[in-house]
Amino acid sequence: MSYQPPPFFSRGPAPVVRLGFFVSLAVLLMVLDARFRYAEAVRETLALLAYPLQRIALAPSELLGGASGFFTTQVALKRENEQLKSKELVAASDLLTVEALRAENAQLRHVLEARERIPRPATVAEILYQGRDPFSRRVVIDKGSGQGIEAGQAVIDDVGVIGQVTRVYPWVAEVTLITDKEQRTPVEVVRNGLRAVIYGGGDKGTLDLSYTATNADVQADDLLVTSGIDGTYPPGLPVAKVTKIERDAASYFAKITCIPAAGTDQNRQVLVLARETGLPARPLEGEAQSVTAPKQKRPKGGKN
Amino acid sequence: MAYFEQPQRILLPVNVGYMALTVVLALLFNLMPWHDLVGVPDMVALVLAFWCVHQPRKMGIGAAWFVGLMMDAGNGALLGQHAFGYAFLAFGAISLHRRILWFSQWQQAAHVLILLLVCQALMLAVGMIAGSPFPGIGYFAGSLVAAALWPIASFVLLLPQRRPDSIDENRPI
Repeated sequence: MSYQPPPFFSRGPAPVVRLGFFVSLAVLLMVLDARFRYAEAVRETLALLAYPLQRIALAPSELLGGASGFFTTQVALKRENEQLKSKELVAASDLLTVEALRAENAQLRHVLEARERIPRPATVAEILYQGRDPFSRRVVIDKGSGQGIEAGQAVIDDVGVIGQVTRVYPWVAEVTLITDKEQRTPVEVVRNGLRAVIYGGGDKGTLDLSYTATNADVQADDLLVTSGIDGTYPPGLPVAKVTKIERDAASYFAKITCIPAAGTDQNRQVLVLARETGLPARPLEGEAQSVTAPKQKRPKGGKN
Repeated sequence: MAYFEQPQRILLPVNVGYMALTVVLALLFNLMPWHDLVGVPDMVALVLAFWCVHQPRKMGIGAAWFVGLMMDAGNGALLGQHAFGYAFLAFGAISLHRRILWFSQWQQAAHVLILLLVCQALMLAVGMIAGSPFPGIGYFAGSLVAAALWPIASFVLLLPQRRPDSIDENRPI
């Protein structure tokens, strides 16, 4: 007959056992989340639970913002008005030429029988907050799947690309900034059309143009814009400006540091661009090989 | 020791609803938009550690784990990162709960500081294994601030359990 303590002393499993159980559960979740993305359902449920808390937590700063807006002085408003007027003048002169250019462009495209570029529908969103997590550079915007936001959409501000929607919840969405260490953006150099992929620099708030050959034609102050060949970003949006180039003979690649063109850490209002539809289907594996095969025969000089 | 020098208050039994409320308020504090401010204390860790020390039978590793998951989901962090750290924090606090309360407030805070730093170091290790960069030494400043808040936290969190200070002449206690 086994000895059992009376039930009123029972305290359940020992703390070490509980610790082991919950730690292994946490590790399991982390692996599922990081490697396989199976934990999205769990995350969505928890995010739904946390959503009311987040809204309440944001209320004080929103209130403060509203109050400071109310007390904006007349001088500031007047100055802003003047600035806007002068901007409008510049814009008006641009607009006059734009009409002519658009017509000309349409005709040229028609001549080339190129596909018409349709302006994408866009949604204006506001950045709610930046994640507390110091490991990632992500922001949360106030539009979600309810407003037609989808994962993978590009997010821009008035100057250039900010990032990409990575997770969508019913009322909010998470945007990974282009400066996040895990984020890559396909770009090209405006000056010569050289294509490259730009990598986020993480905590420093910079970008790296990695895996670009040491002799590649990149200069300081070159503007990098989206190349648009991925179908995610529309072509021609400013992404970054080259600030520093280190060419080391010991390395195959140049170390090129850039700063983002858009205010990735400043603006509140952003624009979420819808994904382009009607792209031609990707070639099949077999076809792809036969297409890439002749490429190797090309002389080494022809890079692009 | 301080335990014998100071008069000890006999506290009322704790209200579980109040415990839950304090944890929710701490979550609210953590979810506020702090941006990149250095030294913002992790209130949730502090409150969890407090209840694990004072009420180890009502607050446990499982609850801390779940609150950690809420933090992860709210922050968009790696799911399980805070849950992992908070589970260890709760375990440490529960293991030390018989010892900690014998010390004075500031000595208790020193114990809690160690627990919070270990919790943060574990979360940092997990983050770095997952491929994140080192966020800088300022990352640990939050724990120092949180530990400095321990005496205030113990006053505020025990407030509803205190009896009124009116002295009854007819009663010995």
